[in-house]
Amino acid sequence: MTVETTDPPRIDPRGPRVGAGITALLLAVVVLIGPTTPALVLLTVVALSFVPGAVRGPQATWQGWLFRTLVRPRLAPPPELEDVRPPRFAQTVGLVVTGTGVVAGWAGALAVVPWAAGLAFVAAALNATVGLCLGCELYLLGRRLRPSAR
Amino acid sequence: MTAQWTVLAALLVVTAVLALTWRSAQGRVRTTAPGAVDAAATGWTDELVAQGMTPGARATFLQLSAEVCSACRSTARTLGALAAEEPGVTHVEVDVDHRPDLVERARVHRTPTVLVLDAAGTEVARASGGMTPARARDALATVPSAPVAGRTA
Repeated sequence: MTVETTDPPRIDPRGPRVGAGITALLLAVVVLIGPTTPALVLLTVVALSFVPGAVRGPQATWQGWLFRTLVRPRLAPPPELEDVRPPRFAQTVGLVVTGTGVVAGWAGALAVVPWAAGLAFVAAALNATVGLCLGCELYLLGRRLRPSAR
Repeated sequence: MTAQWTVLAALLVVTAVLALTWRSAQGRVRTTAPGAVDAAATGWTDELVAQGMTPGARATFLQLSAEVCSACRSTARTLGALAAEEPGVTHVEVDVDHRPDLVERARVHRTPTVLVLDAAGTEVARASGGMTPARARDALATVPSAPVAGRTA
């Protein structure tokens, strides 16, 4: 984890939601392809896309780049900017869920691939449509699962 | 391929149900049944004072927040604005990482969770999720306007 020496960056809150919509579409394709190697390859691409998002934030992903170059120029400026930490947490959750499917898939358990893609699809689609905040729902649960943090 | 389309359709239904459920639950005020008032639900005034926070003479919004919670920021602004315009109402915010003991005591599982405390420091209602100004007013309306009679010692 990086140490925050200054205030964390602030981003357009619509960027992560557009990015989640793009990701949800890709994950739906993974579900449709089913437990096959092409599905595993596509899920691997999605999982790798979460890596810069989990490290720096969703603005660092290619989905964030698409939002900035194609979508944001067509929109009015946002009413306010958002702290990058909540959407970065959501990217980390996405990385863990899809990463589990990727590791299992390359280890030979292709059946796990659509399951991981389906779970990540629900989370991404909820983020895109109603702005589900994974950090709000899961952070305390995660703390509870780490006894040392109590 | 038909099976996969069925799976995707099921996922879409699950997502739609979750979306509607989650959105309608955001900031919904749940009153605390008098029978459910136990030791953990009372005596918050002493706790707040011990932390250097100021309980309201009429009501206190005790908000538990996390760094990774975007809805906590908007909820804090909404409750802060209401507290500023309503006499005797204060809003205090606690970070769950700094006070895991309060998370335990309040039995909080999600952020933001707002405990609505009456003048005696007893929890009368709570709400989880982002709060709109209307929901904040609903929360304040759960507090009896007169000082509570028969407050616990």
